[in-house]
Amino acid sequence: MNQQNREHVVVIGAGHGGGLTVAFLRQYGFAGDITLIGDETVLPYQRPPLSKAWLKGEVTQESLALRPPAFYLEQKIDLHLGVRAERIDVDAGHVVLASGQEIPYDHLVLATGAHARTLPIPGVHFTNVMTLRTLVDAEHIRGALGPGKKLVIIGGGYVGLECAATARALGAEVTVLERAPRLLERVASAPVSAFLQRFHENQGVAFRLNAGIEAILGNTQAESVLLSDGTELSCDAVLVGVGAMPTASMAQAIGLRCDDGILVDADCHSSDPHIFAIGDVAKRPHPLYDRVLRLESVPSCMEQAKRVAACITGREPAAAEVPWFWSDQYDLKLQIAGLPFAVDETVVRGNPDEAKFAVFHLSTGKVVTVEAINAPPEFFAGKKLIASGKPVPREKLADTTIPLNELAA
Amino acid sequence: MIKVTFIEHGGTPHTIDIPEGMSLMQAAVNHNIPGIDADCGGSMTCGTCRVCIPLDAQGIAGEQSSLEQQMLEFSGLGGGGIRLSCQLIAKAEFNGMQLQIPEAQP
Repeated sequence: MNQQNREHVVVIGAGHGGGLTVAFLRQYGFAGDITLIGDETVLPYQRPPLSKAWLKGEVTQESLALRPPAFYLEQKIDLHLGVRAERIDVDAGHVVLASGQEIPYDHLVLATGAHARTLPIPGVHFTNVMTLRTLVDAEHIRGALGPGKKLVIIGGGYVGLECAATARALGAEVTVLERAPRLLERVASAPVSAFLQRFHENQGVAFRLNAGIEAILGNTQAESVLLSDGTELSCDAVLVGVGAMPTASMAQAIGLRCDDGILVDADCHSSDPHIFAIGDVAKRPHPLYDRVLRLESVPSCMEQAKRVAACITGREPAAAEVPWFWSDQYDLKLQIAGLPFAVDETVVRGNPDEAKFAVFHLSTGKVVTVEAINAPPEFFAGKKLIASGKPVPREKLADTTIPLNELAA
Repeated sequence: MIKVTFIEHGGTPHTIDIPEGMSLMQAAVNHNIPGIDADCGGSMTCGTCRVCIPLDAQGIAGEQSSLEQQMLEFSGLGGGGIRLSCQLIAKAEFNGMQLQIPEAQP
């Protein structure tokens, strides 16, 4: 496939997934050629701070980079940034860039991520109606925030709530509109939703739940949001945070099996043996669960990047990790481990009124999910219990006089 | 530049130069040292950048914040000297420090 007879790994997508894959390939001893292609003009960077510390102006853009520029030179990783991969020529075994340049591969890794879902309503085209995926998006949002600015956030998920917290810190007035009867409906439990809503309200955020949205209205810019019940909320800007869709068009174009993402096996192989897919774009059978999942989570993305690197270098794969997620809102640290399948009981440990507690979710006596707010020991204990599958009596989980070390041993 | 050695669980040492003011986690990651994962990029959420500091260096490392203490409370490794390397900021007194990387991160 290439003139020097050295193996060539090409990675399309220079986000967390792509950025980590190339690093782990070298860490695991891959001595062939590595090419990383990304359509953003910046080096791979951390996305989580875009709604938090970066948006608040607390950290620099440079500090977001996963690795400094020198890393790619030292590790001999070829970069094509600000470059679009146009298509994959599977028969010829090369990627075609928008420029026409062809890059041959022995192994191809698709780490193309996801793009923000948009709303099918009038007015989403206004330039002050924004979504958040990239640094460019975040810069746009930052420009719209400031004392007295009115921000309407559509979507009570993590992006919405994190941006609400940041917007309040910057002095903006914030209203969050959520379609469901509660916040974080898809990703967190009712006690956690209720706690977060109260906390946000105490910080001055207004909520409309069960909110249907008719249109975003305005002349040359969005000026108000019209709800189904006839209420019109005036605004200076709108942030739409209603989820993300996997960016799988190139994969679909070459006939890779897809279904809400590129379908892969436990080793992240797609239906083409030379092509891997990881991260937000990949739907993979999780080793700990009996189902295929598309997890939007930095730690899961990292786990998959390691898996691909292990596969390519012939290294034994690491033990399966318990999926986990985090969200920082104000000075609240929310850490969640596990997925809530077949939950049949819920136990609260600690006191929500003190903003320091955990909610354990059990299935047949074993912890399957833990949501911890300002409670890292409970998070790590829960994660250990999820991994071990050790049965724990609910009274002991709720009893804060029983040390977690003892419970999880 | 401050010289610090990270020792993998299996014994392989990595001695690197760290500019003053950089976290030891970032330096380890920049040098692709195995065993320091830093999933959360230094926001004290993941606990995957843990290192062991020898007893005689623990005073130099400085105090743990309350959040770091909580993050390490359940470290399950026993004994003192476990720190989150994202909270260890390189300074002249660290020169020559040897850090052990644990067998596994949480």
